[in-house]
Amino acid sequence: MTDGRLIPRRRDLHPVPRDADYKTSVTRSPTLPLLSLESTPSEETGPRFGHDLIGPLDNDLIRNFSRGEALAIGERIRVHGRVLDENARPVPHTLVEIWQANAGGRYRHVKDTYFAPLDPNFGGCGRTLTDENGVYEFMTVRPGAYPWPNRGNDWRPMHIHFSVFGHAFGQRLITQMYFEGDPLIDRCPIAATVRDRAQLDRLVAPLDMGASRPMDYLAYRFDIVLRGHRQTMFENRPEGM
Amino acid sequence: MVQPLDTLHETASQTAGPYVHIGCIPSFAGLPGIYPEDLGRSPFSDGAEGEVVTITGAVLDGMGAPLRDAMLESWQADAAGRYPGTPGADPHVSGFCRFAADKDTGEFTLRTIRPGAVTGHDGRAMAPHISLWIVARGINIGLQTRLYFEDADNSADPLLARIDPPTRAQTLIAQRMAPEAYRFNIRLQGEGETVFLDI
Repeated sequence: MTDGRLIPRRRDLHPVPRDADYKTSVTRSPTLPLLSLESTPSEETGPRFGHDLIGPLDNDLIRNFSRGEALAIGERIRVHGRVLDENARPVPHTLVEIWQANAGGRYRHVKDTYFAPLDPNFGGCGRTLTDENGVYEFMTVRPGAYPWPNRGNDWRPMHIHFSVFGHAFGQRLITQMYFEGDPLIDRCPIAATVRDRAQLDRLVAPLDMGASRPMDYLAYRFDIVLRGHRQTMFENRPEGM
Repeated sequence: MVQPLDTLHETASQTAGPYVHIGCIPSFAGLPGIYPEDLGRSPFSDGAEGEVVTITGAVLDGMGAPLRDAMLESWQADAAGRYPGTPGADPHVSGFCRFAADKDTGEFTLRTIRPGAVTGHDGRAMAPHISLWIVARGINIGLQTRLYFEDADNSADPLLARIDPPTRAQTLIAQRMAPEAYRFNIRLQGEGETVFLDI
């Protein structure tokens, strides 16, 4: 049974809001305490998206920008996993969106001026719905690492941005997936905003040879956990409270 | 030692970064055609019941400068206070909208239906409000807040009543500029810092 209430967030397992080594966060982080309250129907409900939203190439970043006409440049990878909640239950039929740089480390965005070239056949976004078991998958190319203006010589490790909805607006989450073995992870001030080492490790997707396809693509496995609903056998409150 | 709990930890957030538009609103980002249209362009469609209101504003950093790369999402009830997906809800109200700060001015616009009051778990009415979620480069975990309306009766709202000092509740109240037009600035830090929620 669930009474609908969301389990309160463990803020200590999330990034610190303000980190001097991630300079932009200094003026963009609240300095006063957040107002902590038990969730209400406003946070326990949320938008639902149907399968009619999703086109056949939406989760294939290798082909969706050219509408299947040509293939993006780069190391072909499959990224797959499950969306679960804190009670370890799968989150079915929920929208997962991703975006990333191309194989050279360049985003197709007006504000990205890095001189690595754009790939004419790579846009850099994809989306899908999880199936009834919370499973999702994407085909894409491995994104390149790239430099960014922060400290004197900061580089982002290879990463894919993930946006996940769940079924309650209070579950809304954006995060980043990193790749096993990338030495830039431990040098990245954005990754380092997650102080809990085990939590940071959970953002690093392992190579998953069992899900790779010989002579075609490597695979990485990335599971995502959203806030859960409180489980209860009974309510201690008087009727109507 | 004790028995291990079989629960999981929520995945850690990471900043949406400066290119969040590519993933969430690619047409806005200059990548039209991958999807037929950007998700959440409007929270209602023709035939929706209720009054259409337009809310403009900006997300301001600690220096008072508008963020030109912020993306916002809103979630709200229909005009009768029913959340989409619940029984009897207006089929023309999706309740969800995505909108971004203008890349030059930082101004955002949300055109929506004025929501009705929603009843909370304790049976008390929550004053009409729109839930907001704000992400951008430099924001390490999405910021939750609410927008209330200046010309509504907010006096008994349970959330506003919890704000201490009470003067800070003003940061959640959109100012009425004209009939059906409101102004709502979000201040990330400093004087007049918006009340953000852990809810």
